[in-house]
Amino acid sequence: MAGQTLIQKILAKASGKETEGVAANEIVFVSPHRILSHDNSAAISKTFYKIVGSKGKVWDPKKIFIALDHAVPPPDAVKAENHKVIRQFVKEQNIKYFYEGGTGICHEVLPAKGHVPPNVVILGSDSHTTTHGAFGAAGIPIGRTETASVWAIGQTWLKVPESIKINLNGTLPIQVYAKDIILEIIRQVTASGATYLSVEFYGSTISQLSISERMTLSNLTAEMGAKAGIFPVDKVTDKWNKQFGFQYERIAADEDAEYIKSLELDVSNLTPRIAKPHKVDNVVPIEDLEKTSIDVALIGTCTNGRLDDLEIAADILKDKTINPNVRLLVYPASQEVLLQATKQGIIEILVAAGGQIGVPACGPCLGAYGGCIASGEKAISSANRNFKGRMGSKDDTGIYLASPATVAKSAIAGYITAEEV
Amino acid sequence: MRFKSHKIWIFPENDINTDVIFPGRYTYEPLTPEEMARHAMEDYDQSFVEEVERGDMIIAGNNFGAGSSREQAVSCLQAAGISCIIAKSFARIYFRNAINQALPLVISPECSDYVIKNKELLESDEEKIEVDFDNGVIKIKEEVFSFPKLDNQALQIFKAGGLVEYTKTMLTKSR
Ligand code: SF4
Repeated sequence: MAGQTLIQKILAKASGKETEGVAANEIVFVSPHRILSHDNSAAISKTFYKIVGSKGKVWDPKKIFIALDHAVPPPDAVKAENHKVIRQFVKEQNIKYFYEGGTGICHEVLPAKGHVPPNVVILGSDSHTTTHGAFGAAGIPIGRTETASVWAIGQTWLKVPESIKINLNGTLPIQVYAKDIILEIIRQVTASGATYLSVEFYGSTISQLSISERMTLSNLTAEMGAKAGIFPVDKVTDKWNKQFGFQYERIAADEDAEYIKSLELDVSNLTPRIAKPHKVDNVVPIEDLEKTSIDVALIGTCTNGRLDDLEIAADILKDKTINPNVRLLVYPASQEVLLQATKQGIIEILVAAGGQIGVPACGPCLGAYGGCIASGEKAISSANRNFKGRMGSKDDTGIYLASPATVAKSAIAGYITAEEV
Repeated sequence: MRFKSHKIWIFPENDINTDVIFPGRYTYEPLTPEEMARHAMEDYDQSFVEEVERGDMIIAGNNFGAGSSREQAVSCLQAAGISCIIAKSFARIYFRNAINQALPLVISPECSDYVIKNKELLESDEEKIEVDFDNGVIKIKEEVFSFPKLDNQALQIFKAGGLVEYTKTMLTKSR
């Protein structure tokens, strides 16, 4: 058989076909190492009982991971009931890995609590499950009914995808960040350019990228339609893995593995990037953006709500005050991030500058609570989606995506900028 | 499975995402399919909810259903009466969700282009599109288009009436 890509190797292992390997477009049956869900677990549990009957049991309570994050703390009784249903389900089924609201966003908590060793398949009922590719795992998003079915029988079918190879070379200029790299990649690949495909990252730049920065890249591969976005395991991953004592072999794609496309990007001359409304691939270099005033600046989400992101923002906001016409919302991605940021004085700086600190969770990212925008308002956000209506009102609104640095600078200026004013 | 379209909805834009098909602000509310249907395409085309009828089809561009994994983006259209969606391509999770809900999706760039081009002609007509899902054939007046049939595994799930029913049978077999 021809050389195997990373996703082929991972899926071969997960489907018990390690010796013979799997071919692109082959259908395989896999059992996940973990299956992730969040506030949607209430709906999933209803479908689950439809499948197995009211007395049915999950296939393995030690493989199911649930974190409450999408409406935390619940803004109304309906969403509180939703959480109640989930807690009940967790008790009934003895779900081992349940994380109460406030622990953090599922994609942040899963790896941080040691659930993501390399080379495994993580299925998740959330489109940004691709994030776990940062750890050398195949994080593959699925829907609710499918999650219910996996809870019941412990496996699902997957078509082995073809892959795109992305080579990143050069060193990032100062004031340019991982978010800018991936926005530029999305501009080139487009919102549908990786549909049904797995993305692999290579090149001299990636050894300089931290785990957190890799998570930003893998997270956003979902916005090109990717099934997975994987970093090969290297020293950076090994170092991260030490804290959990994972035993694993480093697997790599074969030299002669075949890729359907490849993309070369020299990051040395990159400038900050902005994804304009209402599509994530509507990306421009910030210097080409007309002057755009903003009402809301959001730092947080599973894309950019980690300690390094808050630290970058705090460095910019230190001893500054945000523009009086702007609401700066800060949602640390987890309790752990919030704790660390508190200890390091980051939170103090952000609050002193005028920021509002939210409970570690998704916040207004999906427009369900926590600082939604009104009609006619514009937001700059460190999140991953700028779809119409995403952060609240759909009427004459616009969401601009950028790095936390650009969000912080814009919060001070009152308009979108990458200059420090 | 064969069906004819009632009315057709032409959404030629690419990358129509799940947030405009079913807005995020309702995703954590326990809604019945009928209640979901009331929000279908709400952020994209407000006339849709008022005018959609059982048997209508949607014709779309590339990457229909991009974005979130929310299944309501499939169920709300199904509950609204949509019998089939024909697009140039679909987002991966959307396509999977549709199989799992047994909503027929057809990938046919040629058909999509033809319908978009002949919009006026088709809109003024009574019966417009005939889809033979099992054999992968679409007929519109004199025109015939073929489309890829589902892989065997997906087809089994689809034929069972969706993944809930399919998994139920799997469980019974293994008992
Ligand atoms: S932060 Fe936003 S994108 Fe990430 S899981 Fe939450 S809602 Fe989804």
